Amino acid sequence: MLNKNLVIAGRTFNSRLFTGTGKFSSSELMEEALLAAGSELVTVALKRVDVADAEDDILRHLSHPQFSLLPNTSGVRTAKEAVFAAQLAREALETNWLKLEIHPDPKYLLPDPIETLKAAEELVRLGFVVLPYIHADPVLCKRLEEVGVAAVMPLGSPIGSNKGLLTREFLEIIIGQSKVPVVVDAGIGAPSHAAAALEMGADAVLVNTAIAVAGNPVAMATAFKMAVEAGRMAYEARLAAPVAHAEAVASSPLTAFLD
Amino acid sequence: MSFRPIFEAQPWDDVKASIYAKTAADVERALAAPHRTLEDFKALISPAAAPYLEQMAQLSHQLTRKRFGNTVQLYAPLYLSNECQNICTYCGFSLDNKIARRTLSSVEMLQEAAVLKDWGYDHVLLVTGEANVTVGVDYLEKALRTLRPHFAHLSMEVQPLDQADYERLISEGLNTVLVYQETYHRDDYRKHHPKGKKSNFNYRLDTPDRLGRAGIHKMGLGVLIGLEDWRTDCFYTALHLDYLERTYWQTKYSLSFPRLRPAEGLLQPKVEMSDRELVQLICAYRLLNEEVELSLSTRENPVFRDHVVKLGITSISAGSKTNPGGYAVAPESLEQFEISDERSPAEIAAMLRRQGYEPVWKDWDATLVGLPR
Ligand code: SF4
Repeated sequence: MLNKNLVIAGRTFNSRLFTGTGKFSSSELMEEALLAAGSELVTVALKRVDVADAEDDILRHLSHPQFSLLPNTSGVRTAKEAVFAAQLAREALETNWLKLEIHPDPKYLLPDPIETLKAAEELVRLGFVVLPYIHADPVLCKRLEEVGVAAVMPLGSPIGSNKGLLTREFLEIIIGQSKVPVVVDAGIGAPSHAAAALEMGADAVLVNTAIAVAGNPVAMATAFKMAVEAGRMAYEARLAAPVAHAEAVASSPLTAFLD
Repeated sequence: MSFRPIFEAQPWDDVKASIYAKTAADVERALAAPHRTLEDFKALISPAAAPYLEQMAQLSHQLTRKRFGNTVQLYAPLYLSNECQNICTYCGFSLDNKIARRTLSSVEMLQEAAVLKDWGYDHVLLVTGEANVTVGVDYLEKALRTLRPHFAHLSMEVQPLDQADYERLISEGLNTVLVYQETYHRDDYRKHHPKGKKSNFNYRLDTPDRLGRAGIHKMGLGVLIGLEDWRTDCFYTALHLDYLERTYWQTKYSLSFPRLRPAEGLLQPKVEMSDRELVQLICAYRLLNEEVELSLSTRENPVFRDHVVKLGITSISAGSKTNPGGYAVAPESLEQFEISDERSPAEIAAMLRRQGYEPVWKDWDATLVGLPR
């Protein structure tokens, strides 16, 4: 397992830090921060870019060879809408990669599991590399894996909340049983959260708000980059867990009958 | 997708060497880890773990109670036939053994079932050899139809079948299939299965995949301990389980650890496993996997059985006869192997209660999968 690269749908990534492009104060700052983050996969909201315009401000600042675009369907509310948006994105941005986001709830932007599963199935059939954004629901992750998604993106806590890994118990189950990469998405508010996700075996994290709204986004992007590397290195090096169970043997040994 | 490429990527000698290279530090790390990996499992079954046995047992006890509470399931084997066209060097039913062959009729099945019902059983494990003409899928289907009205849970330990056959039997109420690889050592496997359909190692190795695709509710895995280095063999069992759990995630799994027992015309075990080592293995499985059922047969002796209940076992058989008709129809016919615990189901249930466990006789119902009762 050691030093295994992250591979999603046949593509190898050196960086396990995926980034978002929303909420930056300018496209220039976004570009600088994402370069500092060392990101190779950046998600763009279809609703944010003008795919018909070759000079779109965001897209122009993302046209670096190290960035691959991951269009997302943020804003759609049903599977049908998501499939439509995906086809549009594929044509316009010339990528079949897709971050599938369906959140009918405008307040917390929580993903709809049923529509997401339906859409994922259809999109896989249509040849998309689907990365669904979902609640940290282990059963849903398995269902999605079965319809052929390329990775799962469970949330750590509500989008933009910066609260970190509130779903830790469930993320652990997901990581423990997943056959596809697990990318913790949403809620990661500090480099320590990202490090913790990688330490527990997540394959990558996706960070947006925490970088975009930091006092110094470029420095924060660098901090995240280092945290993700440290977290992964710790995971590979095998953490020395607290020795809670190694306490003195109980008074009535269970194996005395063997003597 | 199947288990085979994963299996082939881990050559026997490499696996064995890495298990025997584990150190005390590896064991301590494994004991302390919140989630144990297959590498941790290697450490826990390695010789280096021997001094940590009591600690493993305490942990295994805690984890088992956390997940299974104070319950132990009871089941009994029902041998339907001792006809077999295979030669297995360790089995009394082997083709080259000159014994009287017998296959139960439906009437006889019901006579046997009546005894088991009387003892309180609601879960039976149907067992046959491999004789496709007399005990093929049609016969198995008939057996399920005959017995299903009388039992809540029907398991089967028979020859590996094709996916479509499994689907057919599942629709008749088959709930669980046990299929042991016997050994994951290819060459040794060939030595022990020189003739018959069973000599096809790959077909057997792929069986859990076919079962998983057929949508079986529960599946039992294991190796026959005594054929080859048990640590290496059991690592492959764990590897297999890990793959299956990820792939057929709606299926439940159980593990067994049959130690080779004396039987008519049979070889002596190549590898001896001590009681201490079997305890180590049971605990290691539990420490690796908190959810898996661990099953113990009457191959083991009473003292051992009484104690390992606390160490991680969640299911045991009792009162077993390993010959077709052994309960009522033909008590004197030849057994597949000798049992070591002759106590009755009632005695075993009493033993469990004395230790603070509830014996569970019924733990399934066919109506849960949409079958009429
Ligand atoms: S182990 Fe099974 S297949 Fe082999 S001889 Fe015995 S009954 Fe036949």
